[in-house]
Amino acid sequence: MFATAIAAVIAAMVLALVRAFAGPSLYDRVLAGNSFGTKTVLLIGLMGFITGRPDFLDIALLYALINFTATLAILRFFSYRTPKGAPAEPASEKESPA
Amino acid sequence: MNTFHVELSPSIWLDLSLLTMLVLVAIAMLRSRHLFAVVMLSGIYSLLSAAFFVSLDAVDVAFTEAAVGAGVSTVLMLGGMLLTARREKPKGAGRAPVALAVVFAAGAALVYATIDMPAFGDPNAPANSHVGQAYVEQTPNDIAVPNIVTAVLASYRGFDTLGEVMVIFTAGVAVMLLLGAGSVRGGREVSDVEKDESGAA
Repeated sequence: MFATAIAAVIAAMVLALVRAFAGPSLYDRVLAGNSFGTKTVLLIGLMGFITGRPDFLDIALLYALINFTATLAILRFFSYRTPKGAPAEPASEKESPA
Repeated sequence: MNTFHVELSPSIWLDLSLLTMLVLVAIAMLRSRHLFAVVMLSGIYSLLSAAFFVSLDAVDVAFTEAAVGAGVSTVLMLGGMLLTARREKPKGAGRAPVALAVVFAAGAALVYATIDMPAFGDPNAPANSHVGQAYVEQTPNDIAVPNIVTAVLASYRGFDTLGEVMVIFTAGVAVMLLLGAGSVRGGREVSDVEKDESGAA
């Protein structure tokens, strides 16, 4: 059962990777990175259970915290960013004004 | 010396798929000219390698990789990126054949060297027979830490780890100085328009 769950999580990781490769907008990539981190948390938890060491779950929880903080830090950049002096960007990467 | 054979680990498919994704992410980072995508992909690369380290039982290394690779260095690279252009300057299709040949030769030499390595988990391997054995035997008596790797890092080699912390701290201070005082909020060039117009900051 855990092996099937691991296979499903890896398939979901591949899908998130496809979105991170393809983009096209900034937020697609932020979301892909964030959901990839969530999949990593799930994968580490499952690896702990399949090897009979459920204390890996604590590590997975810490990863969830790191992932959350990193996403917040990345998003803060865009709330402080201004187009002043920045090179022109393609329309697909324009952000909504904060 | 009797030989030691390892059977394939049951997690071989997990390891293979993690390593395949690592290679895919690395190729995508090389090919992408969009710097923000490269930064996000490097964060994903760190998460993947952290998961791979956990599957290798190197939990503390995985912690470091996730915190530094996916967390701190992503933010630092974003801070650096915001001081430059958003896209890498397009280069011609010309490749450096000499560099490629050197990389392939070095890689082939490294792969050739792994043939001489002792099998994974071999009890007769030098790493497992002398110092490692002493740590395994004495750690429960010397230090009551259940994880031997943690005991080695934090107690047996405590001063070494303290020196590493100093090195990392110095590197972090140097990066913050290079990026500028406001780099945590996105660099000198970047400020919130509305707040600037109201006269603050």
